Amino acid sequence: MTVPDTLLTMRGLAIEGRSERGTTQIVTGIDLNLKRGEVLGLIGESGAGKSTLGLAAMGYTRDGCRITAGSIVFDGIELTTAGDEARRRLRGSRIAYVAQSAAAAFNPAMRLIDQSVEIAVQHGVMNNAEAAAAAIALYRRMQLPSPEEIGFRYPHQVSGGQLQRAMTAMAMVARPDLIVFDEPTTALDVTTQIEVLAAIRDAVEAIGTSAIYISHDLALVAQMADRIMVLRHGRLVEEADTRTMMASPRQAYTKSLWAVRTFRGSRKPEMAAGTTPLLRVERLTAAYDETPVLQDVSLDLHRGRTVAVVGESGSGKSTLARVITGLLPPRQGSVAFEGKTLAGSYRGRSPEELRRVQMIVQMPDTALNPRQRVRDAIGRPLKFYLGLTGEARERRMRELLTEIELDPDQYVDRYPAELSGGQKQRVCIARALAAEPALLICDEITSALDQLVAEEMLKLLDRLQRERGLTYLFITHDLATVRAIADEVVVMKDGRIVEAGPRDRMFAPPHHPYTDLLLSSVPEMDPDWLDRLLDQRKAQAPS
Amino acid sequence: MSPLASMIVKRIGLGFVTLAVVSAVVFFAVYLLPGDLAEEILGQAATPETVANIRRELGLDRPPIERYVDWITGLLSGDFGRSLANGRPIAELAGMRLVNTLYLAGFAAAVSIPLSLTLGIVAALYREKLIDRSINVAALTAISLPEFFIAYILIFALTVKAGWLPSLATVSADTPLGERMFRSILPVLTLTLAVAAHVMRLTRAAIVNLLASPYIEMARLKGLKPWRVILRHALPNALAPIINVVVLNLAYLIVGVVVVEVVFAYPGLGQLMVDSVGKRDVPVVQATCLFFASTYIMLNLVADVATIAADPRLLHRR
Repeated sequence: MTVPDTLLTMRGLAIEGRSERGTTQIVTGIDLNLKRGEVLGLIGESGAGKSTLGLAAMGYTRDGCRITAGSIVFDGIELTTAGDEARRRLRGSRIAYVAQSAAAAFNPAMRLIDQSVEIAVQHGVMNNAEAAAAAIALYRRMQLPSPEEIGFRYPHQVSGGQLQRAMTAMAMVARPDLIVFDEPTTALDVTTQIEVLAAIRDAVEAIGTSAIYISHDLALVAQMADRIMVLRHGRLVEEADTRTMMASPRQAYTKSLWAVRTFRGSRKPEMAAGTTPLLRVERLTAAYDETPVLQDVSLDLHRGRTVAVVGESGSGKSTLARVITGLLPPRQGSVAFEGKTLAGSYRGRSPEELRRVQMIVQMPDTALNPRQRVRDAIGRPLKFYLGLTGEARERRMRELLTEIELDPDQYVDRYPAELSGGQKQRVCIARALAAEPALLICDEITSALDQLVAEEMLKLLDRLQRERGLTYLFITHDLATVRAIADEVVVMKDGRIVEAGPRDRMFAPPHHPYTDLLLSSVPEMDPDWLDRLLDQRKAQAPS
Repeated sequence: MSPLASMIVKRIGLGFVTLAVVSAVVFFAVYLLPGDLAEEILGQAATPETVANIRRELGLDRPPIERYVDWITGLLSGDFGRSLANGRPIAELAGMRLVNTLYLAGFAAAVSIPLSLTLGIVAALYREKLIDRSINVAALTAISLPEFFIAYILIFALTVKAGWLPSLATVSADTPLGERMFRSILPVLTLTLAVAAHVMRLTRAAIVNLLASPYIEMARLKGLKPWRVILRHALPNALAPIINVVVLNLAYLIVGVVVVEVVFAYPGLGQLMVDSVGKRDVPVVQATCLFFASTYIMLNLVADVATIAADPRLLHRR
């Protein structure tokens, strides 16, 4: 029943993963059809099985996973029974892969051009010179700067956005029939993401390949795919043509994905004029060795309010947090807390000063000691800052867990490995709250989380702020997060503040040109958004 | 100066500082021995005249710093002093021995390093398979047995029982190369067994550690052959630890051959040192000690520089 123009068919595919804690079903009963030249979008949260499914299209399963049922037919070849050698021959040459983080997926010890020609040469499709010429032509198509020379660089000498484009070029050199894109822009800044997205789309159209485009971001998939499949817990939730699905999602889960980013934090009363700010940062300049990372940065934080610091990677926003907490002493300028100037280094600050400013970081996985139970993580600051022991500490610990919406009976004795990403971040919040701080610095704390989980986190923070009168310095690159919770917004670029003001003013025109670039780069839930934006930018560009 | 060059210059400078410290330790340690050194050296034969002679010979009547400076300036101009035992210049005494030791170490390295690297790579390629397990078991057995024990087992099996090889590796300056190689097969075999396990296991571990990295998965998804994934993608990134373990073992081959030289009566520098300790021939002990120490320092310097040079992130700056 294979239609002639069908390239890939999956029937009743089931994939099982095995770990010390037993087996789990990663993919269950998936049917999939992909026509030649078609782009299929796979979306879902982490753990939905979309990467596993993408790799299965190459007849590949990660260590510890295996296909337990079903069939995968690629161009008439049954991949589940084809044998290692037959599958290896298909990989790269006929089905290629573009990984999420090009920075990690390129071999650090090989030049880009050597990695780019490898597929074509090793599979005997082209000789070295032909493959190099093809690679350079694709570098040019992907709009990489100086396409003739860039291949002679090592991966660490090229920026993240350029690497992602080079990886797409690498996938295309041998002219595969199918390319699997696994979250190719997730690791990039919003402004870079657009360029890469546009370059990928043009190249896919130009060489007429089929593609599977995997992402957790629906708005992105909508720009790329002809058809979308929504996955959850390894099962298909819904499948439809992109425009149909965008216009009228049928399933409740799909609708909930649509509805994210609609949360708005509680409104706060206007500030009384003349109050002393809780934290005043004045004319900070900081550097790592000789590289300046902050220049002349000033800002005020008022009690009970949220200031969001926005910017792309390298803008200096995390460094600002490091200077405020005293991890990186500034070269010039000062940080004053409740009107009192703090020592530049945390070593010179009193325990009381340290207690009042707490920080939560992006990766809860690395911020929690894997050998410490939740009890130890939260109990330590209770003892260290507040001197609580025994019964009193136990009681406080349970209160804190209840406050961050984790059942104490169930979670207090767990290790980090027994918690989900969102739960780990909640424990990190509880650990910060244990010190009873006045100011919480949140550095990209929702970036590593799925959108639905991230939104829960924002709701929690909003409630805690209302109940405890906390002040937040919220560092993020995500404008949707800013819109949700910020009272004031500070936009940073290259270590300087380019624009600052109340949220509503920042989101209403006229913007500073950089703010405008950031705002317009946020993908919208509209399949025509990218086309419109590119047209707009082309029209504005000085000719 | 490029950052790489300045880093190398810095390491070399550090190497010289270490060498200076070691030379002082080697020189003065001898004088820390309890009692009068001259009497200790002479033991039963100590008479007032002989003691006075030795004291003059060693310069014990002069301040220690002056003696140290003399010793160092002598060394720098190629004068290693004279042996107390027979009065011959140490340079002449140790010269042939040094050549012998370097030859034995070089021969052993030429066999053991390529062999163990190959075994390590093969074990990584077929990890968890029978061939990997066999290599591991053999390597572990070899490393668990003391060298002299291995040496005696080899002598028993290959000399006493089979009668293929000579048990003594006595060579002299005019032994022809072929004969010399034949006689040193047993010591080389012993050293190879002692060293190979270490290098092989570390090579395997360094490669296997990388197999979970995204760029190795990428190499597999490019449909490359398994050996190419290992050799072209994993090995170059595992070089730093491998270089270090190889150099460490080279140093061991030069410095640590003492036991093997003694067992096979091989006229190397290690045996000279052991003999000299027995004869309380202090200047010879000092000179050989310093030579072994500088070998160690130099080889570690080479390892440092090679490790830096093997990392493209350091070699090719942004």
